Amino acid sequence: MARYIEAAATVEPVRHAWALPRAAHALFLFCRRKPLGALGAFLVVVMLVMALGAPWIAHYSYDESIPGSRMKPPGAQFWMGTDNLSRDMWSRVVYGARVSVTVGFVTIALSTLIALAIGVSSAYIGGYYDMAVQRVVDAWMSFPYLVIILSLMAVLGPGLLNLILSLSILVAASSARVIRGAALSVMENPYIEAARAMGTPHLRVVLRHVVPNLMATVIIVATIGLGGVILAESSLSFLGLGVPPPRPSWGAMLAGSGRSFMQRAPWMAIFPGAAISLAVFGFNMLGDALRDVLDPRLRGTGTGPAR
Amino acid sequence: MRRYLLKRLVVAIPSLIIASLIVFTLPRLLPGDAVQLMLEEKAYGKDVDDLRHKLGLDRPIYIQYFAWVGNVLTGNLGESLWTKRTVTEELGMRLPITMLLGGMAICFAIIIAIPIGILSAVRADTMRDYVARSAAIVGLSVPSFWIATLVIVLPAIWWGWTPHLGFTEFSKSPGAHVLQFILPALILGIASAAGIMRLTRAMLLEVLRQDYVRTAWAKGLREGVVVLKHSLKNALIPVVTILGIQLAQIFSGTVIIESIFQLPGMGRFLFDAILQRDYPVIQGINLLVVSIIVLMNLLVDLLYAVLDPRIRYS
Repeated sequence: MARYIEAAATVEPVRHAWALPRAAHALFLFCRRKPLGALGAFLVVVMLVMALGAPWIAHYSYDESIPGSRMKPPGAQFWMGTDNLSRDMWSRVVYGARVSVTVGFVTIALSTLIALAIGVSSAYIGGYYDMAVQRVVDAWMSFPYLVIILSLMAVLGPGLLNLILSLSILVAASSARVIRGAALSVMENPYIEAARAMGTPHLRVVLRHVVPNLMATVIIVATIGLGGVILAESSLSFLGLGVPPPRPSWGAMLAGSGRSFMQRAPWMAIFPGAAISLAVFGFNMLGDALRDVLDPRLRGTGTGPAR
Repeated sequence: MRRYLLKRLVVAIPSLIIASLIVFTLPRLLPGDAVQLMLEEKAYGKDVDDLRHKLGLDRPIYIQYFAWVGNVLTGNLGESLWTKRTVTEELGMRLPITMLLGGMAICFAIIIAIPIGILSAVRADTMRDYVARSAAIVGLSVPSFWIATLVIVLPAIWWGWTPHLGFTEFSKSPGAHVLQFILPALILGIASAAGIMRLTRAMLLEVLRQDYVRTAWAKGLREGVVVLKHSLKNALIPVVTILGIQLAQIFSGTVIIESIFQLPGMGRFLFDAILQRDYPVIQGINLLVVSIIVLMNLLVDLLYAVLDPRIRYS
């Protein structure tokens, strides 16, 4: 008996090492097949960790002036230098991830819900409703995005919540178009007809049969959209209509009073912009790889995020 | 062909009507009353109601809309609440600047993107392809205002040279006038170039897989002929259709780029007008931009029909 237990104890760990859990195995395959996608995922994870663990990762608070260290170059104490108000850039960049992540994820969650409602109802109901909705989406999409968003932000006033609301409305229009297309092709499937023939109520058909089959599309659209939203948020903050100070937004860090000091302290210009670029790059790469893996039909349809 | 043309025109009309409604309503939702702001400046009389009446803001909103549409159709966009000049006049001064900037940007984008897209597709899954594709995603990820900032900041540190900020009139120095647009236009074109390159690559790959292309190869045609003569034309059709969307993107970009490079174009004018709640100006610019974009989309559709006979005859 003891011998068996011993044998089991020695065999067990070996078997675990070889038979990775399915999720880990899938992850491993993804990294091998899509190295650039894996790089994107890594950047996204770094950003999330920075956002969640900001108080532990940052050395100072984001609006703390450190006496006697105005515009210090990057070094051991200040990894990314300090700005014209003697604040530690590294801490500000780390806290800035919070703004980008919050705006990005909440906006995408909200806009995906709106887009699902518009896209699926448009595809399912069809007819005049579909035509009317699509014309509105057309008109909405033919506006330059910054014009809509500037007008909306001016209507609603600056602030985190308003920023999220106006960005959601904007993103929802283009996502709704993609989701409608995907929903139309899902509805071609015989199981939808079967469900209808069995007398399943419309709402149930939509929620149980149509929407779950749209998830691959939704995930792809959302991931690529996240990059676009982060870019849009930083552009707005750059123009001064985004997240109000003192909350550090990467876009706002490149604008405003600091601009006149940048020629003497170029690190003030370099790091926040690099942070925006890496974050957006991460989401774009990840989104591209996910699209190739989850839904090859969508390949080549995207022309990139709004900017 | 004529039927297709008519159909496209008819479809464009509801888009324009809806767009005009959006254009008219949006600025009216702005918080803070322009009238109140103007009175605080004490330059426009004392009586709120009197001023409202003068500006026509006391009438019901739908009457204001129809009056506005009527005026627009006769070319009267109202006058700026702040500069007191007509919006048509203001836009007339600024439109050429933005048109030149945007036109140059889209030209740069096409010149850069299409050759790289072709190369990337023809040499798919080689090192060159990977580099080109990664560069395209970088191009989509890097904010234009950051590149513009670096272009201003870094040369100053390295070589003590800064690109010229501010505006030179055409009449003063035609050469300097055109030259000042090159840098901003290049920066503005980067994102569009990335999008166009990706689409060119994807579409060309699709076409290269088709039977008639294999036939062309089998006939022993040279690579240049197969790719450029047989494949490219079909691959570029979808690319042409997104030029309209790219144009809208580029206009968004001008709001930021014109502010950074201090060019007095429409983008910067719009931004200022929004901050000052200058309704007629906001409406005028939005309407003009949307009309240009709808018109461009129409042109793109026509071009589409020229390129692809299947559409013409269906």
